[in-house]
Amino acid sequence: MAEPIALVAPAPVATRDRKAQLWRFARRNPTIVLGSAILAFMALAAILAPLFAGDALTMLPANRLRPPSAEHWFGTDNLGRDVFARTVYGAQISLLVGLSVAAISVVLGLAIGLAAGNSRRLDGPIMRVMDGVMAIPAILLAIALVSLSRASVGIVIAAIVIPEVPRVVRLVRSVVLTVREQPFVEAAISGGSRRIKILLRHILPSTIAPLIVQATYICASAILVESALSFLGAGTPPEIPTWGNMIASSRLFLSRAPWTIFFPGACLAIVVLAVNLLGDGLRDRLDPRLARRM
Amino acid sequence: MTAYIVRRLLSTIPVMTVVAICVFLLLHLAPGDPAAIIAGDNATPESIAQIRAKLGLDDPLIVQFGRWVWNLLQGDFGISIFSNVPVLELVGQRLEPTLSLAATTLFVAVTIAITIGVLAAWKAGGLLDRFVMGFAAMGFSVPVFVVGYLLIYLFAIELRWLPVQGYKPIAEGIWPWLRNLILPSVALGMAYVALIARITRASMLEVLAEDYMRTAKAKGVATRPMLLRHALKNAAVPIVTVIGIGVALLISGVVITETVFNVPGIGRLTVDAISKRDYPIIQGVMILCAGAYVLINLLVDLTYTFLDPRIRY
Repeated sequence: MAEPIALVAPAPVATRDRKAQLWRFARRNPTIVLGSAILAFMALAAILAPLFAGDALTMLPANRLRPPSAEHWFGTDNLGRDVFARTVYGAQISLLVGLSVAAISVVLGLAIGLAAGNSRRLDGPIMRVMDGVMAIPAILLAIALVSLSRASVGIVIAAIVIPEVPRVVRLVRSVVLTVREQPFVEAAISGGSRRIKILLRHILPSTIAPLIVQATYICASAILVESALSFLGAGTPPEIPTWGNMIASSRLFLSRAPWTIFFPGACLAIVVLAVNLLGDGLRDRLDPRLARRM
Repeated sequence: MTAYIVRRLLSTIPVMTVVAICVFLLLHLAPGDPAAIIAGDNATPESIAQIRAKLGLDDPLIVQFGRWVWNLLQGDFGISIFSNVPVLELVGQRLEPTLSLAATTLFVAVTIAITIGVLAAWKAGGLLDRFVMGFAAMGFSVPVFVVGYLLIYLFAIELRWLPVQGYKPIAEGIWPWLRNLILPSVALGMAYVALIARITRASMLEVLAEDYMRTAKAKGVATRPMLLRHALKNAAVPIVTVIGIGVALLISGVVITETVFNVPGIGRLTVDAISKRDYPIIQGVMILCAGAYVLINLLVDLTYTFLDPRIRY
């Protein structure tokens, strides 16, 4: 009876296959793997911060501006706070803002973009409004929005989302306008499908790949803008450690304690680089047409 | 051509209208009474009422908006609440440092970016190409203020080659002026170099694959004229487009760079105004920056006809 053997044998082959597949994927897409690995590490550190990072808030003036040591891996800042703990906690805000801004602006931009691409009557007005919002410098708009309301993480996210939305709208609209002329959409129209069904069933799927790529770039830019806002003092409330406000509060001590600026700055650059690498990798894989243009 | 310019100028009207509405609503939709915010935390009801009357805040919104736009059109950007000086005059005083910074950054960034972009495309896949692409990825990822402090630490504090911070007007001599601008323009130009170098490389790669490039090579055209006259000129349209788009990046970056390097320009003026809630300045600067952005991109569109005679309007 050959049957039981046939049933048992495939299992180890399948796992070896999957391993080989994963390895091949990693070799062909080094940027995706490297980017996600760094991000996963940072995200894990941010989530588990309360377990290992130590105390980020207690000020010990006697301990101020100590260089990196076994006790304080990244040294201490001008108020004697542990720079390592503050840097780890800073990752929370950066990742939270980056992910929320990417998700919210993609959803909003998708809805507005579909509306603009689908309705000739709405298209003109929507695009004029988007052009106008895009013309206002993003940082100025965001600082103004934050400083006019009470500082909170929610307001910071909203202030970064608003200038990002027009870019998503333009992308979605251009995809809709191209796909709308494709034969399969014509076929669906002549087949008598309703407009909303055509939009959601036939046009929406084409926007997903470029949107995923765009979302990673928005995430990277949101992390940068958040740090800039915190740096300029128009970000989250000052008692929450962020990489931006750590650098801002340490800048007077640059010559005496460069580590207070170096570590949060390096983390910021590494996280943004990881998100950008992930975006480049996804772009090459999901959207070859765009890859050729960049 | 003239008809096209007129049409494009007219098309900036709806864009600037949207900008004006956004900037106006920003102040009026902010939670709380604008007059009370302006007056500060320990204001008396009388002083709040006084501010309300002074700013005409008791009129209907549409009347206030109309009056504000009418004044803008006549070149009246309002008067600073704190210093009682017209906004345009304040902006004028701060114009030189900001324009100097923007001009040197633009010059440095465009020169470096196009050079390394062309070389990377020429030797695509080589060591230089990988270095350029790696640098481009870094340039997008390191924030202006981190680059700024690194440069200050290295070149001003450790090596003492360049001043740490500050600005010298050009009237005090070209060299002192330039010395103070080197570090800020490099810091500010980083992201810009990355952006332009990437597009230059991609656009050059496309052109280098064209048949006429093979013809030029076969004819025996030397490398330099081949790269510059035959290839770069034909690759210029996307490059110029991205230089125009990047101006938005530059304007946002100026605000941060001026803070890092303590340059008394429009960026500092704005950040100070925002912390003091000096609304006329905030509104004025935002309108002016948006106007500059729209105008620069209009000019970029117009240069297309010079770069590529096939484009006609």
